[in-house]
Amino acid sequence: MRIGESVLRPDGPAKARGDFVYSSDLRVDGMLWGATVRSPHPYARIVSIDTMEAGAMPGVKAVLTHQDVPGRNLYGLEIEDQPVLASEVVRYWGEAVALVAAEHPEQARRAAEKLRVEYEVLQPVTDPDYALTSDAPRLHPDGNITRRVKIRHGEADPTADIVVKGEYEIGMQDQAPLGPESGLAIPDGEGGVDLHIATQWLHIDQKQLAGVLGLPPEKVRLTMAGIGGAFGAREDLSMQAHACMLALKTGRPVKISYSRTESFVGHVHRHPGRLIYEHGANRDGRLVYVKARILLDGGAYASSSTAVIANASCFAAGPYRCPNANIDGMVVYTNNPPCGAMRGFGSVQNCYAHEAQMDKLAEALGMDPVELRMRNALETGDEMITGQVIDGPVPVAELLRRVLSMPLPASGEFSGRAGRVLDGLVPQGEGGDVELTSRPGGVSNATHGESVVRGVGYAVGFKNIGYSEGFDDYSTARVRLSVADGRPRVEVHTASAEVGQGLVTVQAQIAATEIGVTDVVVLNADTRVGSSGSSSASRQTYITGGAVKAASEAVRERVLELAQSELRAASGLRIENDAVVDAVGNQVIALATLLGDAVIDETREFRPRRTHHLDPETGQANAHMQYAFAAHRAVVDVDTELGLIKVVELATAQDVGKAINPIAVQGQLEGGAAQGLGLAVMEEIQVKDGVIRNASFTDYLLPTILDMPPVRMDILELGDPNSPYGLKGVGEPPTISSGPAIVAAIRAATGREITRVPVRPHDLTL
Amino acid sequence: MEFFQPATWAEALQMKAAHPEAVPIAGGTDVMVEINLDHQRPAAIMDLNRIRELAEWERYDGMLRIGAGVTYTRLIDELGDRLPGLAMASRTVGSPQIRNRGTVGGNLGTASPAGDAHPPLLATDAIVELASTSGTRHVAIHEFFTGPKRNAMRKDELIAAFLVHPATGPQQFSKVGTRNAMVIAVCSFAVSLDPTHRSVGTGIGSAGPTPLRAPRAEHFIEDVLLDENLWNRKAEVSASALKRFGDLVARAAKPIDDVRGTAAYRRHALAVLARRCMTWAWNDYRLAA
Ligand SMILES: Cc1cc2nc3c(=O)[nH]c(=O)nc-3n(C[C@H](O)[C@H](O)[C@H](O)COP(=O)(O)OP(=O)(O)OC[C@H]3O[C@@H](n4cnc5c(N)ncnc54)[C@H](O)[C@@H]3O)c2cc1C
Repeated sequence: MRIGESVLRPDGPAKARGDFVYSSDLRVDGMLWGATVRSPHPYARIVSIDTMEAGAMPGVKAVLTHQDVPGRNLYGLEIEDQPVLASEVVRYWGEAVALVAAEHPEQARRAAEKLRVEYEVLQPVTDPDYALTSDAPRLHPDGNITRRVKIRHGEADPTADIVVKGEYEIGMQDQAPLGPESGLAIPDGEGGVDLHIATQWLHIDQKQLAGVLGLPPEKVRLTMAGIGGAFGAREDLSMQAHACMLALKTGRPVKISYSRTESFVGHVHRHPGRLIYEHGANRDGRLVYVKARILLDGGAYASSSTAVIANASCFAAGPYRCPNANIDGMVVYTNNPPCGAMRGFGSVQNCYAHEAQMDKLAEALGMDPVELRMRNALETGDEMITGQVIDGPVPVAELLRRVLSMPLPASGEFSGRAGRVLDGLVPQGEGGDVELTSRPGGVSNATHGESVVRGVGYAVGFKNIGYSEGFDDYSTARVRLSVADGRPRVEVHTASAEVGQGLVTVQAQIAATEIGVTDVVVLNADTRVGSSGSSSASRQTYITGGAVKAASEAVRERVLELAQSELRAASGLRIENDAVVDAVGNQVIALATLLGDAVIDETREFRPRRTHHLDPETGQANAHMQYAFAAHRAVVDVDTELGLIKVVELATAQDVGKAINPIAVQGQLEGGAAQGLGLAVMEEIQVKDGVIRNASFTDYLLPTILDMPPVRMDILELGDPNSPYGLKGVGEPPTISSGPAIVAAIRAATGREITRVPVRPHDLTL
Repeated sequence: MEFFQPATWAEALQMKAAHPEAVPIAGGTDVMVEINLDHQRPAAIMDLNRIRELAEWERYDGMLRIGAGVTYTRLIDELGDRLPGLAMASRTVGSPQIRNRGTVGGNLGTASPAGDAHPPLLATDAIVELASTSGTRHVAIHEFFTGPKRNAMRKDELIAAFLVHPATGPQQFSKVGTRNAMVIAVCSFAVSLDPTHRSVGTGIGSAGPTPLRAPRAEHFIEDVLLDENLWNRKAEVSASALKRFGDLVARAAKPIDDVRGTAAYRRHALAVLARRCMTWAWNDYRLAA
């Protein structure tokens, strides 16, 4: 249970067996079901809403519209621009317009169909470049630019020996958590409400709900329900306010659980982007400048767009030394689906661009692409394009060196040689499943080796850990030591979200390590304890881990003080294996004996070092508090005639500072790479005229086990002097450079200049 | 919603006659998705899983008569040697769970242009056996598909079985999807060689309003094989003939642009699949000697 040991998740068996209670499994006697009426138009004025017919449907207990919002009908993570229920205008396809609660979910759905909304349909703004023009309708009072980030570093007009340019386009990825948005709101009969909810940040939900419901925060209590994945999709409110409104109105518990299709409109997505780049370098390969124009489509509402564009801009040049930079990052409002947080948070889009540019530059220079990267790799003490001098370990070159030196997978029997038809014979009636699974197209029997060419590609990426730009980043932990059944037991209580990343073991490991007690229980998260911030930005092990560490140290100090005062023992006491021991490890007293009925209960807040807002004109600031780096090598087989892809292997090296739970770290490196692979070769929400055309898992394709290769991992623990245990955030870097490495490998295999992801078969063949 | 659960085939036909609106359910891998997505709210459902005859297959007048309720998994295990093309297609359907439940009868019932069983059935001239209280009729597979997700079955009919000749020569099936498993075809192709009759059958999936055959491609390659005495010589088919075969298959398709792919890509890919499948099948034939 100590830090550094691989600890299995306590919820693993229940999840594998199907016993785990997710938020969508919640139920309580007498509960109603809520359904949401959504806009069929991406942009329209609401002329009228008629609830009569819906209200008269069987089983219906309430029909609510914007007029029923008790508090302020606006919310948002950074800008309050989104109505809980649309009032005058709908700005995206699927925007919530009204709510129904009924005895049975089917009754609620049928009643929702009977709600009559008269719309005056408007021409939607669906092109982010058009949204910038003065012709475009203003979708929000302050115009269509949600935020512009300017980075001006070094000389204004630098010149270079070699210049390469490129334009890149990134499709809209979905977090696709398997658990749909769902929760249960229970009115307390005194005007307040208890919400059981799967969310990434209980307290930000609470704060927004209090505003929307017109209640003081203490009347809106939240308890974490089982989370079926998040990846950024649960940072914004979805059904939270709706369920609470219906519960308060009807006086009965109300459950809302989205269908898969509804989930696709019920949460924000990864921003699609258009990126225009120019790199200048000297003949020896040293970067002189990077110019970039990054345009992200934020969709109808701001969500966390302003922070996403900051990341996309700050890290636009990649983890390279670059004396001059001119970056214009813009995120705009359109009538497309709203976009916000997703694993990698702005650092994914630009990594595709800067890594493609580095490969282009290497080619223009006649230099090896990895060598070029190492030559420009950021090092400790370097100044970044934001003017921040980067401290702590910055192992960019080392990570590249490590993935470069890993052995390559044996070139498959069918790889790299076209037309070896007879070798590929499939025995009649067999389909040759075993061999097929290793080929592009997999079980579809598309190639027996014909036209399969292997490519190898490299990429490296980085991002910030924790909140940035002056946002108050902190977490609260309460640690309680008592004796239960004759044994000392520690309870750890935080409001942090276990989204599958493994925070549950991390908290227990830290408490067990710091207090020396073997029995540690992590309580379910709720708002009875202070905020822990969100499970995002790869920050919880650092920040909530830091808070648990601080509270555990406080508990330990009190135990040792107690031991010293009770026993008049010498100093140098420690706690080990449920006992107080002396300097040489001999037991002084069992903890259970020492404590008796006493309870030691400590709450601590933890804050990392402060960050600062980007200068609006120059983008210069110490805006971020920690950086994490990873490098990937991808080996890919491409069927060049059909454009089908088999990623043969991903290799990665990542500095995690200190692996608190190594097996969980491995899980993050694999899972994060799978998500990166998804964006590279298949995952895309296809939006046409503002309407999602593939809002289901039939056509929004996620990688299967036959798409995701084994991951060769080299996990470095270089120790960050500023963080608890020297750890670094782990969760996002695997998602950043994995996809760009795959695309580089596809380029190597096909010789095609690929400028758009996901890479589609027709991009490689027509 | 009404729920019928006939225990015998005769009972099923009577129920269907009395309640033509009842939606039959076999594996439910299409029906349940439709209901869950709220695309369909059937007034009545008729569960066919109790009917033993539907889950059986037998030899019948030189053909195989395979009950509509035989699952993909059983097809692969029990008939893979006699129906290699259909077995290859079956292996590409969904996941093991879907193959354990899903049936060819259900695939025919849905009649999606992307149904994976259809191309091999077209390539082998299968026959669909439809039944009602007023009798049984046999519909040739190429007349069975009447439009996108429409077929020749009447409201009072059920699919009893399909009939197909056991393979006399090599068969192949190949599909393109943008994922390496569990994917609906962007396009697919099946070929069947019949050395006894010196004929070649084809089937195209997911590239037209219905599954299609490519008659001109069939005739072309049959002529090449005969003219050059290749069936006897067991020599290679020229690269140019294989390419032409692929091009003719592509020309037979009537694809559209949709979320899964573009029409242009579908034609392109079909030409490649057809050429490859024909090459593999022909090499199997040559080597089998
Ligand atoms: C995750 C998933 C993956 C899938 N992947 C594929 C794939 O790769 N390829 C593919 O082709 N399909 C795929 N499908 C679709 C489906 O599995 C197939 O179409 C399957 O063949 C349907 O068979 P079933 O027995 O489940 O049909 P059901 O769902 O029971 O029925 C389908 C239709 O046929 C009718 N029907 C069934 N039996 C009869 C009968 N005896 N007489 C008259 N009508 C009848 C039903 O009324 C209904 O209209 C997938 C489905 C899912 C859920």
